[in-house]
Amino acid sequence: MNTTVAPFDDMQTLIVVGNGMVGHHCVEQLIAAGALERYRIHVFGEEGQRAYDRVHLSEYFGGRDAESLALSDAALYQQAGLTLHLGVPVLEIDRARREVITSADCFTYDKLVLATGSYPFVPPIEGAEGDSRLVYRTLDDLDTIRAAARHARRGVVVGGGLLGLEAANALKSLGLEAHVVEFAPRLMPVQLDDFGGAALKARIEALGVGVHLSRATQSITPGESLRYRMNFAGDDFLETDLIVFSAGIRPQDALARQCQLALGPRGGIDIDEHCRTSDADIYAIGECAAWNGSVFGLVAPGYQMARNVAAQLCDQDAEPFFGADMSTKLKLLGVDVGSIGDAHGALTGARSYRFIDEATDTYRRLVVSADGKQVLGAVLVGDNSYYDTLLQYAQNGIKLPADPSSLILPHSDGAPTLGADALPATATICSCHNVSKGAICSAIDSGCSDLTGIKACTKAATGCGGCSALLKSVFEHELTARGVAVDKSLCEHFAFTRQELYAFARVETIESFEDMLARHGKGHVGCDICKPVIGSILASCWNKPIMDPSLVPLQDTNDTFMANMQKNGTYSVVPRIPAGEITPQGLMAIGAVAKKYDLYTKITGGQRIDLFGAQLHELPDIWAELIAAGFETGHAYGKSTRTVKSCVGSTWCRYGVQDSVQMALNIEDRYKGLRSPHKLKFAVSGCTRECAEAQSKDIGVIATENGWNLYVCGNGGMRPRHAELFATDLDDQTLIRYIDRVLMFYIRTADKLQRTSVWRESLEGGLDYLKAVVIEDSLGLAAELEAQMQVVVDRYECEWANALKSPEKLKRFRTFVNDKAADPDIHFVKERSQRRPARASELNLIPVQETAR
Amino acid sequence: MSQASAVMMDAPESRVWRAVCGREDLVLNSGVVALVGNTQVALFYVASISGTPQLFAVDNRDPVSGVNVIGRGLIGSLGGDLVVASPLYKQHYRLENGTCLEDASLKLRTWPARLNGDVVEVDVG
Repeated sequence: MNTTVAPFDDMQTLIVVGNGMVGHHCVEQLIAAGALERYRIHVFGEEGQRAYDRVHLSEYFGGRDAESLALSDAALYQQAGLTLHLGVPVLEIDRARREVITSADCFTYDKLVLATGSYPFVPPIEGAEGDSRLVYRTLDDLDTIRAAARHARRGVVVGGGLLGLEAANALKSLGLEAHVVEFAPRLMPVQLDDFGGAALKARIEALGVGVHLSRATQSITPGESLRYRMNFAGDDFLETDLIVFSAGIRPQDALARQCQLALGPRGGIDIDEHCRTSDADIYAIGECAAWNGSVFGLVAPGYQMARNVAAQLCDQDAEPFFGADMSTKLKLLGVDVGSIGDAHGALTGARSYRFIDEATDTYRRLVVSADGKQVLGAVLVGDNSYYDTLLQYAQNGIKLPADPSSLILPHSDGAPTLGADALPATATICSCHNVSKGAICSAIDSGCSDLTGIKACTKAATGCGGCSALLKSVFEHELTARGVAVDKSLCEHFAFTRQELYAFARVETIESFEDMLARHGKGHVGCDICKPVIGSILASCWNKPIMDPSLVPLQDTNDTFMANMQKNGTYSVVPRIPAGEITPQGLMAIGAVAKKYDLYTKITGGQRIDLFGAQLHELPDIWAELIAAGFETGHAYGKSTRTVKSCVGSTWCRYGVQDSVQMALNIEDRYKGLRSPHKLKFAVSGCTRECAEAQSKDIGVIATENGWNLYVCGNGGMRPRHAELFATDLDDQTLIRYIDRVLMFYIRTADKLQRTSVWRESLEGGLDYLKAVVIEDSLGLAAELEAQMQVVVDRYECEWANALKSPEKLKRFRTFVNDKAADPDIHFVKERSQRRPARASELNLIPVQETAR
Repeated sequence: MSQASAVMMDAPESRVWRAVCGREDLVLNSGVVALVGNTQVALFYVASISGTPQLFAVDNRDPVSGVNVIGRGLIGSLGGDLVVASPLYKQHYRLENGTCLEDASLKLRTWPARLNGDVVEVDVG
């Protein structure tokens, strides 16, 4: 028996039918506009999942699960006054009684929003049923396709439009041999012209997807080699194990038909510019609605309608809907496809520029107005980097340059970009969320200072994400315009860059922080930014022991104690193992120390051994024993030369062509103790097989038959960068001289904490400039750079050996100045036969205070 | 000393000064740690323009990590305040009163400290 749920108070009831992308967006907009203060909201979704990202549906086969595709946290729908009914189809609408009827209940409404979306159109074809009549729209559809694909070899998609190609991608990612069958003579007939379709076809075929054009499927019969045979007009056929229909969508207007709302001439619920249906209390938005007879099958116009309705329902200013720009930018099967405005040049007088590259199957078409002043449309296949700029020209009516073809012709330095300053404040940056350049500017003015903040605050680039690059360029441009990025002061004490301070140290022979502060800084203390930077500059220039009393307070904590602090306040110790070469006696000595002090032992990526868990007061004893066994400090704690990795080279390896270990030893011996803006890693490989991975290092050396090839400015880590080939077939002396010059030039000109890779990318003139300075000596600096390096080399002394000689310097290596005890709060537990820091949960500790971060 | 004497003005009679170490144990413009009962006290000895260095006693325990490392942090001056930077996650705490520059909910305990001749004395209450 049906029950009627009726409101008991002044609150009105708003019902949203449909929990797809547009229905969900409407709910979000309603909440943001304060609708929960005046409406009790019920949302009905036919599917079992709450709204998910249908645009990225094919990623479901790429490993994303339903939850990660969800458009919101579950908590959004758990607010008071908002009820989400999932898996509950609405069966009928009774407009007279203002009721929505499901199989179990009736719900009265004051206002009703229909966001029922669309359904896939499947042409009536004889024999299409079960696995030969699959569709691609919902997560359930995808589960069905996955099940059908389990024993299949080949899959066919009927429909070569946008969704069809998406579906083909999904079949491909399920491991099937994918084919696309299209009725029209080209792919994506709505968005592309013939040339564009041809370029797309060639690219997709190159990916191993079969493309069959101008094919009308007449019937489906049992196949001979595969499950089904698709019979085309003529005698042509194609056999397959499953068929997915993606031949277009139809508006889901069944409820509107049932309750007799007016419909558009080709279906869809007829709406006016306020998204109102023929019943003033009922709105329709998204793909179920038809404005001016047209259905808009993209997410951006749907969102536009959702915003409009949400604003009206909350008595806010609403922007009427007068159609939408159907421009679109996609990556289909990994191929860039873009279509803007009048892609077919159908408007009167329209003229086109075309660029066709048959070698790479790239196509671009620019459609301009008769007077040649405005962009009317564009087609892009193969490279969407042109899209953002063209779209801005088209949408904002920006006047074309004298030679419009320059907008689509290839440029050696990438696609032409419209400077962010050329865009008017009204320019739409994000069309999914309707964010203008003006909105981004005001977000910056109200304090958003990073890109993440801008995205959170404006929602720009959080829809399809296609505008991310444009958003970043606008954001950076605006920051620069506001002078934010212009201030390059090191900190509040020094209004100079690291490079400028380095020059002062050199030119004025400044050897102490106090001297630098007195001459060029403010105050008398400094801070944790400027002290380590100047400490590093002084070390790079003069290489005095960092434990000298005037230098001690400058060092960051790891340099101060010449060890690496770990999460529990203990230190790790890394003795230098030059070139990764170590004797059995050396190994045993390290082992003995580790055993004696119960240190956790691990091999590092740089062919050394790291010993963890030493307390402050243990460091001098540990180092005394290591030094007695012949070891030196490894500088693992410093922004300085770390390791020189090597392979065994021609000594042992049957492929080696040079003695890579000896060269690695020479290099490590020369540059050990060199302090620099950031850490430095080296490697030497004995042949082109490159076992030492030299091309991922700041300085990489690879042996050739005739000498050494030098690679510079690579690194691994968070943002890996391959080192670049700098010079070839160098003899030993020239190799070292070039490395001297590159490193000293880096130390001289890099910013603080800037690795060689970032420094190299920031060099105007790039690698050629660096070659000119180092190899051709274009600045006349080469001799000076070598001499400066020689000073550092000559002054090298193991810092730990130096510290151990001085009771004054050892004073600081006490956990407590007044007690021999160890820190009673440091606890270890055994794991895999070694000790590690105890976790809070493993102790009865006072809980650590949590920060808001 | 100026800092220490300023604090003493508040309630000089109620102070319980405990000798913890000597002047020679301090490191100028840097920190050391003393164990006072069960309390770990970080002692910072900071040069001032007047020439007489100031002495500060703050909690050695880093409230973010729960680890005893504050005494090994770097000293600095930010916006006119003398601060120590936590060596682990780099929050800055004012030596004067232990408050955190980045997060108002974080605070280090501080104690009155002074040099009595060459003896460092702290009142940990």
